[in-house]
Order: sequence, then C-alpha cells, then structure tokens
Amino acid sequence: MKKEFTITVYGENQIGLLNRIAIIFVRRKINIDSMNTSPSEIVGIHRFTILIDETEEVVRKVCRQIEKQVDVLKVYFNTEENIVWQEMALYKVSTEQIAEKAKVERLLREFGARVVAITKDFTIFETTGHREETDKLVKVLEPYGLTEFVRSARIAIMKSSRGFHEKLKEFEQRAPGEELIENEYLNQRQGVFSM
Amino acid sequence: MEKIETIVDQKEASDKLTATKTATPVKEVVEISGSQAVLEAFIAEGVDTIFGYPGGAIMPIYDAIYDYHDRLKHILVRHEQGGIHAGQGYARSSGKVGVVFATSGPGATNLVTGLADAMIDSTPLVCITGQVFAHLLGTDAFQEVDVINITTPITKWNYQITDATEIPSVLAKAFHIAGSGRPGPVLIDITKNAQLQKFNYSGYKKCTFIRSYRPKPIVRKEYVERAAQLINEAKKPMVIFGQGVILGKAENEFKAFIEKGGLPAAWTILGLSALPTDHPQNVGMLGMHGNYGPNVLTNECDVLIAVGMRFDDRVTGRLDKYARQAKVIHLDIDPAEIDKNVKATVPLWGDCKETLPMLTALIEKKQHKEWLAKYNEFTQKEIDIVIKDELNPTTDELTMGEVIKVLNELTKGDAIIVTDVGQHQMVTCRYAKFNETKSNITSGGAGTMGFALPAAIGAKFGAPHRPVVAVIGDGGVQMTIQELGTIMQTGIDVKILILNNQFLGMVRQWQQLFHDKRYSFVDIESPDYVMVAKGYRIEGQSISKRDQIKDALSTMLNHPGAYLLEVMVGKENNVFPMVPQGCSVAEIRLS
Repeated sequence: MKKEFTITVYGENQIGLLNRIAIIFVRRKINIDSMNTSPSEIVGIHRFTILIDETEEVVRKVCRQIEKQVDVLKVYFNTEENIVWQEMALYKVSTEQIAEKAKVERLLREFGARVVAITKDFTIFETTGHREETDKLVKVLEPYGLTEFVRSARIAIMKSSRGFHEKLKEFEQRAPGEELIENEYLNQRQGVFSM
Repeated sequence: MEKIETIVDQKEASDKLTATKTATPVKEVVEISGSQAVLEAFIAEGVDTIFGYPGGAIMPIYDAIYDYHDRLKHILVRHEQGGIHAGQGYARSSGKVGVVFATSGPGATNLVTGLADAMIDSTPLVCITGQVFAHLLGTDAFQEVDVINITTPITKWNYQITDATEIPSVLAKAFHIAGSGRPGPVLIDITKNAQLQKFNYSGYKKCTFIRSYRPKPIVRKEYVERAAQLINEAKKPMVIFGQGVILGKAENEFKAFIEKGGLPAAWTILGLSALPTDHPQNVGMLGMHGNYGPNVLTNECDVLIAVGMRFDDRVTGRLDKYARQAKVIHLDIDPAEIDKNVKATVPLWGDCKETLPMLTALIEKKQHKEWLAKYNEFTQKEIDIVIKDELNPTTDELTMGEVIKVLNELTKGDAIIVTDVGQHQMVTCRYAKFNETKSNITSGGAGTMGFALPAAIGAKFGAPHRPVVAVIGDGGVQMTIQELGTIMQTGIDVKILILNNQFLGMVRQWQQLFHDKRYSFVDIESPDYVMVAKGYRIEGQSISKRDQIKDALSTMLNHPGAYLLEVMVGKENNVFPMVPQGCSVAEIRLS
C-alpha cells in the first residue's frame, strides 16, 4: 500500500549530488512531491528532505540505493507519526479587497497567518503549517481574488533523532564503532526506519 | 582492487604503500601542468596501459603523454566505444582498474554504452574525458556536451575538474572508488584550461578513506552464525555464485567453503571461471539458458546460498515462483543488493573474502552425496536430449557447440575466452572449459553486442601471457569491426572466432518460438570476413565442413599473432535448455 514517506538524506555538499539522488526516483518513475535541500546541524553537511508517496518496500530499496552513492552519508525514512514537519506558504491578494472585507481579516487570524508585505495594490500573507491548513486557506481566499500562491517544500525533524554530530564522528573514523552498525536497515526490516 | 583483512591493517598497509610506491615523493614542490599531474597519478596508481582516442579538448593530455611513452603504454583505438570495452577487458583479465581517454562531446558520448556495461557488470574503470575551457561551459561551445549529467546514472562516481590543483586528490579518489568495494566505472571530466594550467605539485597521495563512502560493510558475527546453522541443518543445500567471488579475489576461500560443506555450486554467467569447470561440485550454469539440473533444483533445495550475485531476472525467471521453498542466505558486499529481488532469510553483508572463511570455520564437514547425485540425473537427461546433438551432431550442419568442444580440446581450458552477446555467447558459456579464474569475459548485465572484439584486445593487454580467443557472432562483430585496425596497428595477438549463422540468431530464435516464426529483420548479411581481415593485414580463413574444424582451430591458435577464423554454422539452430520469459526456473524447456 502506498503511503506518504519523508526521506532524510545527509550528504556532502557536492555539486551534482542533488541530481544523483533525484534520478534514483526518476528511474523508477516515482514522482517527488517535494524536495528541500538545506544546511544541516553540521557545517558542511547538507540535508535533503524528500517527500514521496510509495510502498514501504520500494522506499526501503530506494533509500539503500541512495545511501550507496559515494557522497551520501546516511539516509532515513519515516512516516508522518515519527516526524515533526512544516511547510510554508505565501499568498498574494489585492489590498483593496482585503481592506474592504473585514471577514478576511478574521479568517486570517483563524489561520494564524502573518502579513509580510502591504502595498497600495497588494498584500502578502504567510502561513506555516501542515498542508491541509495551507490548502484550506487557499480555498477561503480564492473568492477574494488570490493573485498568487506558493508553498515551500516540506521540512521535517525526526522525533527520535539525537542529531548527526555523534554519527559524523563515527563516519570520520576508519573503524566505526558499534554505534554505526551498517546493517541498521536489516535490524529494522519490519519497522519503519528512523534515527 | 586492494583486499585487506582488517581496517587497522588497511591503514598500515596504505601508509606503507604511500611510502614506497608514490612516483614523485613529497620532497620538493615542483611546477607541473594539470595534464602531467594526470599522468603522474596514473604512474603512482600502477597504471601501465591506457586505451584512448585524442581530440581537441584532451590535446594537452595527449601532448603530455608524448613525454611519458616510456612509462605508460597508450593504445590508439578506432572508436571510443572500442576504447572503453578494451578497458573493460583489461580490467576483467588483470583484476586492475582499466583506464580510458576520450575527448569532449562525441568522444565522451561514445563512452556511454561502455560505462553502462561496466556499471551493471561492476567493472573498475577510470575514464578521463576532455572538456571545453571552463569559461565556455554551458555556452554550447564546439564539442561541448554535459557529460557529467549524461553519465551520472551509469557511473559509480563522476566529477568535473576545472582547476588543476584538484587533479591529484580527485584522481586518487577516483581510483579508490573505482577499485574498492563493489567496483564500478568512474568518470573524470577535465576542462582544457585545467589540463594546461601550471600549479605547484607536491606529490601524489593515494586515497584510502572517504568519510561518506563505506566500500565494505561491517560483517556481523550473529548473521554468520545463523547462516552456518542453516547450512548445517540443510538436507538439500545449494550454492549459487556470481562475479563477486572473482572481484573479491575469493576463489580459494569459495572452493574451501563448498568443499567442506559438500555443497553443489552453480554459477551465473559472470561467475563462470571462478570455479574450475571440472570441479566435481560445479553443477553448471543458472538461468535462462543454463543447465537443467541447477535450474530445476533451485526450486527444490532447502537452503539457497547466494554468493556475490544479484538475482538478475535472467537468472531467476519468474520471481514469485523462484525458490519459494528455500531459506535464502545472501552474501554480498553491496547492501543495496540484499532483499532487492529475492528476500534473504539471512542477510550476510560484507566482503566474501572475509565472510566465506568465517562461514567455512563454522560449518560441518559434510558430503551431500544423494543430493549431488540428483544433479547428475538431470545432467544425464540434458545430455541425452540437448548436449549430445549439440556436441556430436549427426546432420551436415555444423553446430556452435561442436566448435567450442574442439576449442576446449586444443586450449585444454587454459585460454581466456571473450564472448559477445547472443546465441554464441550462451553456447560458449555452456560448453567452454575453464581451469583458471578471470578467464571468462563477456557482457552480462547490459548484453552489449560489439563488446567482444575490443574487450579481447584489452584482455590480452591485461594478461599478455595467456591465449585470448574472442568468440563472436556475425551480428556483434559488425558492430565494432573497426577495432581490427587497433589489432593491426598494435600487433596484438588476439584470435577471432566468428560463429556465423547468417542470422541475428537469438532474436530469430525468439521470433521462431514466440512470434510464429515471423522473422522480422534478423536476416543479416555479412561481408567476406577473411577479405576484411586481409585488408587489415590479419590472416584468416573461413570453413564450413566438420572435418576442417580441428585443423582450422589449431592453425588459428598456433598462428603467431592475430588470426580470424569464420565458421559457418547451421542457420536455424536454437539454444536449449531455455526458461521462457514469464516462466519459473522449474519450467525450463529442453526442446
């Protein structure tokens, strides 16, 4: 059964790594719902957060194929219950409309939106939250003339993770200790793997 | 590929290596060009042969090699695809990393087939491509092609160098990545300005460690113990092995393992020659055109021990009917292979050079006589229905099998045999005799027609003291026939055996069996190969009669230098046994 999986990849900051990771999905004709690349908790190490809809079996195989790339340090995949995640959205509406309809203002409060810019012509709101929330606000704003809408990729933090600092130390040793058992996936064959 | 017992040893060994083998030790800083740095790296890595083709964007390197001709042998091929296949043949016969040069643009794109082939067959290569000046990147400059993006899915690693100071460290990384762990091709694209750029060079340091790269997963003892327990409890254990045994240089460890356990062992096409053909526990070939016994008994064994193989669909047939009854122990160095196609009961990650002796120590000494005898029963049936007629035909038409049989008698199993792709490949792999490892060179995973002729050239350079015979069909030979020019110019002693059935035989066989004999574009004409060879100043002859086979093969093998022999074989012979697509291995057909 297909489910939503959030994949977290720790990799070296190398040109071309993004492409190397992306084509592993393309090869299996898997659509990437969202992908975010950013610095991680460690200077010089990049973190990719990838959202896909797939069966767990396929996700597991894909993750191993990503982890085997030379410049990738570690890959994790999680279902929604094991992560805390957010997406940010921006909405542009006509200031005239907003100013006239007080109802809108109330709705915005309801959705916890912030105003990030106001000009004579337009106003830009921002929300951060889960997709259902941002989608709802889109629906609500549409009748008032939503000129532009954009949503960021998902970013996620793994609940059970204690960060990558200790792991990295293991990686930097020629002889990794018990902490970094490379058969982690195999120990977790039945459960979804998180850090 | 370096094979080192423990990681601690690896560190010491690498320290020793850098101390003794570096070509230009770190004594003083000298100014050299990027091109020279490339060649210095090769010397430090022990490269002796390069296969390549020059062009605009790689000219500075070719200019530098002019001064290195006493230390580095460069083989001028006739096409970059020929170059990379030669590099593959070299790597496969020598166990070293193959090195290839090509220029930018079309030179680089001509490497693509070979890269894909090397990727899927885990062949260690370092390919250097020239690239346009860095300031021209992305401008559609003359002979500019985005080779990094084109080759990303078919390289283990690739990298573009735009500054010469990066060359020593990137090449060190390239050789380490190509040759270690599960080997594979690496492509380094170097812009012309970097090749020309002078920089302060302080020596070459081999790379032995990259923090994000784990060539060898850590072996877990508990899995070894569980695997040994399964093997000890097994009544009908069966070993299937692939190229991992050869790449891991673990042929002796493998032999010790199967001999102690009394285990029958069957091979994949790339595993062929890791175990001598005559070994009593060698029960033959797996897969679509493999032997009857190992295919049927895969679905009867109780424990299936897979060593350094990846359960290719040509081996497994229909996956949901493959070895369902068996507990599967999977030994592989590449964690991504575990559970990829066949779910392992015991996943035994690691280098088989380490895991096999650990297993051998824990298994009981046994002989599974009755179980082994079962393979022989199937073999007998296969002899009666298929092999007898193939090796000793009674009709006038020659068979491919009888040619290989005579070849075996003459080479005694000591030759390196390079095959192309198609019917002749299946027949040769089924019937050729091998005593030594690294003797079977063929394009397995990719099935690249045109592979054999250039790969044989490379194989001979990689193992100059061994006889090399390229067995090729009339289709495949026409794909890379230009490499006869390389043979002519280098004078390399490669024997070319063309088995000509005047058809694209394998496709014709499928059209006959599965498409109502609608022969669609498989009727291929050949030139007069003997005349073509003559044009390249290579001697040869063509035969079509049974009584000529022995003399002709013997003339070929004894001829000083390259020789081309064409044997006209039956037009519409089929390769059997055969597991039809979509069928289980147990449904293998003998006719």
